[in-house]
This record gives sequence, structure tokens and C-alpha cells, in this order.
Amino acid sequence: MNSTAPAPAKNADIQELQSIASQVRRDIVRMVHGAQSGHPGGSLGCTDFLVALYFNVLRHDAANFTMDGIGEDLFFLSNGHISPVFYSVLARNGYFPINELKTFRRINSRLQGHPTTHEGLPGVRMASGSLGQGLSVGLGAALAKKLNGDPTLVFTLHGDGELQEGQIWEAAMAAAGKKADNLISTVDWNGRQIDGDVDDVMPLGDLRAKWAAFGWDVMEMEGNDMAKVLDGFKEAIGRTGKGKPVMILMRTEMGCGVDFMVGSHEWHGIAPNDAQLAAALQQLPETLGDY
Amino acid sequence: MTSYPVLDKKDTRSGFGAGLLEVGRNDDRIVALCADLTGSLKMDAFAKEFPERFFQVGIAEANMMGMAAGMTVGGLIPYTGTFANFSTGRVYDQIRQSIAYAGKNVKICASHAGLTLGEDGATHQILEDIGLMKMLPGMTVIVPCDYNQTKQATIAVADHEGPVYLRFGRPKWPVFIPADMPFEIGKAQVLSEGTDVSIFACGHLVWKALQAAGELEKQGINAEVVNVHTIKPLDREAVLTSARKTRCVVSCEEHQRNGGLGDSIAQLLARELPTPMEFVAVNDSFGESGTPDELLAKYGLDTPDIVAATLKVLKRK
Repeated sequence: MNSTAPAPAKNADIQELQSIASQVRRDIVRMVHGAQSGHPGGSLGCTDFLVALYFNVLRHDAANFTMDGIGEDLFFLSNGHISPVFYSVLARNGYFPINELKTFRRINSRLQGHPTTHEGLPGVRMASGSLGQGLSVGLGAALAKKLNGDPTLVFTLHGDGELQEGQIWEAAMAAAGKKADNLISTVDWNGRQIDGDVDDVMPLGDLRAKWAAFGWDVMEMEGNDMAKVLDGFKEAIGRTGKGKPVMILMRTEMGCGVDFMVGSHEWHGIAPNDAQLAAALQQLPETLGDY
Repeated sequence: MTSYPVLDKKDTRSGFGAGLLEVGRNDDRIVALCADLTGSLKMDAFAKEFPERFFQVGIAEANMMGMAAGMTVGGLIPYTGTFANFSTGRVYDQIRQSIAYAGKNVKICASHAGLTLGEDGATHQILEDIGLMKMLPGMTVIVPCDYNQTKQATIAVADHEGPVYLRFGRPKWPVFIPADMPFEIGKAQVLSEGTDVSIFACGHLVWKALQAAGELEKQGINAEVVNVHTIKPLDREAVLTSARKTRCVVSCEEHQRNGGLGDSIAQLLARELPTPMEFVAVNDSFGESGTPDELLAKYGLDTPDIVAATLKVLKRK
């Protein structure tokens, strides 16, 4: 099969990215408030990562979405419950109208509680929500790129609690075994999950050593510092093409950007009330215009 | 009745292997994944001829299903191969979310289905897989009846856009479908016309249904034998046309009564054409070790059982 020249990246600078991140965080809390349902904690924690990815790193073409994504870098969200941040970033990139964010989790919406291809939402290439499946999917897509002679990359994002799923480790083994060195996976290492601290629910042990032992090239990254996120992506991309899949262990704070949500598993999956929404929005400048 | 000479005795899984090789030669988008059962699934020839398109994934079926789903994103057409139990029950959520709900073009190819797996026993003899798969929206479910038809089906599913569950088996079995008999997904085949009873069968039991029709003929009963190789989408017209003519129905399958071919036919008839019906299927039990012939006899899936079910349903006309 023929490969095509990769699509261009947007390459927004740090100030732009920080400004976009503020708007995306507003979108997240407003979407979850509007639906009175959803997952703000992990969404806020991964905002800087997804904004940097979609506005600086990825070579992609939001205006001409194709399912096969040939010639484009691909992203798969494995921890699908952080759909608010994914939807906001996609909409703000131009994949679909920004105003559609108000339909999040409502009846007849393309913005389902967890992302899906089922309603044909541009920008989404896989259903996720049931945890542990996205690494296998990303690996399959990465191997397809190799077979297609397509030099672009595949990115995946996972929760740290999600690593308790056995399928993750099946895929971890396979990605190294198949030398998927065009795959960059990231774990949102916030240390929290629904029932509490990951270390209390089911400790993950020495994550760096585990991924390394499975045959991955492992690095760490501060996930809530835009400059460090950009540097981290640059570092990770530099490590591709060397025979190993790349793992970014990304330190984040669940709820980052809203003082009363930060650092607690309590905001994993609940919606703010009117007063909490107002308090949150006061901390998040409106930079691009609310939907 | 129409007679079907035995052309050969071959396993249906070998029909899959032959079909996979042929379709692989015709279309370079075809890739195959296998979970450490390459020999059992007869995928060796494909693996040897197309090593770059064959993915050994080890004993990790959940990951295999996810990888296959991901490969479709790049425009590939993945065929996954493992035993039926590990192709369905073990990986149901992976199929449900990453393949069926996501609408991915994966061909789930499952061998060693049903009691005729034999001596390995109930852990491996899945009898619930047709039901599990047909309940998934958008999933096509195909159960071919012999080597030739399994080869045809393996080739045909490549041109069908969307997820497919293709079920076949282990034992050497009579080959009786002529290689040039047309195969079309979703189109049942009237193998032998009759007027007294409709016997609808799939998989290995199609041959048993033909044998039963021969026995019934000796008793002056004219049975129609219909090969319903596609369970979903069910060929409504074929079922209704035959049932309208004969006014009584027997279903035959190597599967639980719950959730199988008979269940699909009964739902259709209940809605559109209430008709007396009997079910030749496993009745809410697990299997056990034994030879395929012993197991089919013990669990009521053999030729005499189809004859008995027919005589019973004829009294209810």
C-alpha cells in the first residue's frame, strides 16, 4: 500500500497552549455541570497533555477526518471516561462544531458518555470506556502503519488505575515483542482511582521497572507543566524508531486547575453544582469564548 | 430427495485454512492473527506464504481482539484465529466494545466449536457462542456445514464490510457440498425439497439432517432440508416460505437450545407464522469428554434424534 506525506502539526507555542488549556478546562467543568454527570477529575489532570498533543505535536487534519488516518498521527483514548477533555480538544481543533459540546451526555448526542465511533463523531476512531482495551488497539494501529509503509506515529493514553486490567499487560508484552517502535503510550499517573488511592486499592508497584521489564523504553514527564509536556513529547518522539515502544509515565494531579477539585479522588466522577461551577470558572479565564 | 454423495472426509477448519490462503492471495489488506493455535486452525500455509501479514500474538486472546480492531483503522482486514471458546466467551467485552460497538471490520474465526471437539471436554466445548455473538448488534454469524462451504465462507466474509463471527470445527466430517454450489451470506440453501416437515440445520448437523431425511423417506415422510449457514442475519424469506409449505419445523444445531439457530427461527415464527416446532440442540447442559460420535448420541444431536423430533412435531401439525 502507498504511504502519503504526513499531515502538518499545528505547533502552537507555550503561551497559546496555556491559553487553550484554560478554555478547555472551562469546557470540561461546564460540560459536566450541564449534564450533571461525567468525569471532571481525570479530564482536568490530562488537559495539558491533550492540548499539547492536539495543538502542537500531532500531525493531523481535523478538517478532513478519515477513519484510516493514513499519513496522520493517531491518538486513542483508552481511559474513555475522561471524554470531556477529549471532546473539548477535538471541537477546539475543528473536528466538529464547538457548540455541540453542550450536548455532552444528552439524548441524541454524538458526544456519548464515553467516546465512540458509533454515532460518527469526527476525530474518534475507537470506542472506549470499558478499561484496558486501548493499548491493544493502539498496537494494532501501529502495526498497520508499519505494514502500510506509513511513517506516522500512534499515541495512546491510559489511566494508572486502568493498569490493573490484565489486557494491558498482554498488550505491553506484545508491543515489545512486535517491536512497535512507532507507538508512544502514556499513563496518567495521578495515583487516584474511584475507590481511593491506587496504592490502597491495588498497588501498581514499581511502574518504571515493570514497563522496562516488559521491554519498553520508559520515561517520566510532569503532566501539568506545559513546557515540560512539550519537552516530554519531543523526548518521546526522539526515542521512536529504535526497536522499542515508548512509555511516558506522566505525573499529574487529578482535578488540576480547580483548587477544590485538585488532588482528590472525590472528583473522579461527580458533577459540580451551580455554586461549585461558578467557583471553578472564576479560576479559569475564558480565552477562546465559551460554547 | 436430493442425494449428496460424500466427496471426501475433511475437517471444516482445513476449509478455513484453505480459504484464508486463497483470500490472502487475492487481497493484500488481509492479515491474520493467531493465539498460539496456528496448526489447530490450519493457518500455517498463510503464515508461511505471508509472514509479514501473519501476527502470532501468543496466548493472549483479549489483546488479539484489540489488535485486530486497531488494525482495521489502518484499512486492513484482520482474521483472528483461535478456538471458539477463546474467540467469544473469553473475550466478550473486547469484541463488544472494540469490534461490535465500534463497528470494526474484524473476522472472528473460531474453530473447535461444539461437542464434536471431543475428548478435551466441556472446558473447550463451547455451546453458547452463537447466542453470545448473535446478540451483538451488527454482528454477522455464519456456521458453514462442511469443508467446501467453510472455504467459501472464509473467502466471502472478506467482501462483507463489518464484523463477522465464523464458526467451524475440529473433526473430519463428510464433504458433500459441491465446490461450485453458490454461497451467499444470509441466503439459506434448500438442499432437499419436501412437503411434510422443514428441517433447518447449521454446521455439522446439516449432514445429520440429510441422513435423517433419508431415514424419514423410508417411512414415507417427505422432509425439506434447509442449510441455514447464516444465523444472523437470518434468511426470513427462506424460513417462512418453507414453514408455510410444510407447517411444522425442526431445528438442528451443535449448540445450546437457548440462543442458537432454533431460537432465532422460533422468534421469527412466533411473530410471523406460529408453527409447531421441535429443537435438536443441547438442553441447558455442559458437554464432557468422549468421541464426537459418542457425544452427539449422548446429547441427543444424532440422526435418530432428528428423526424422533420430526415424528413428534408431525403429530402436532
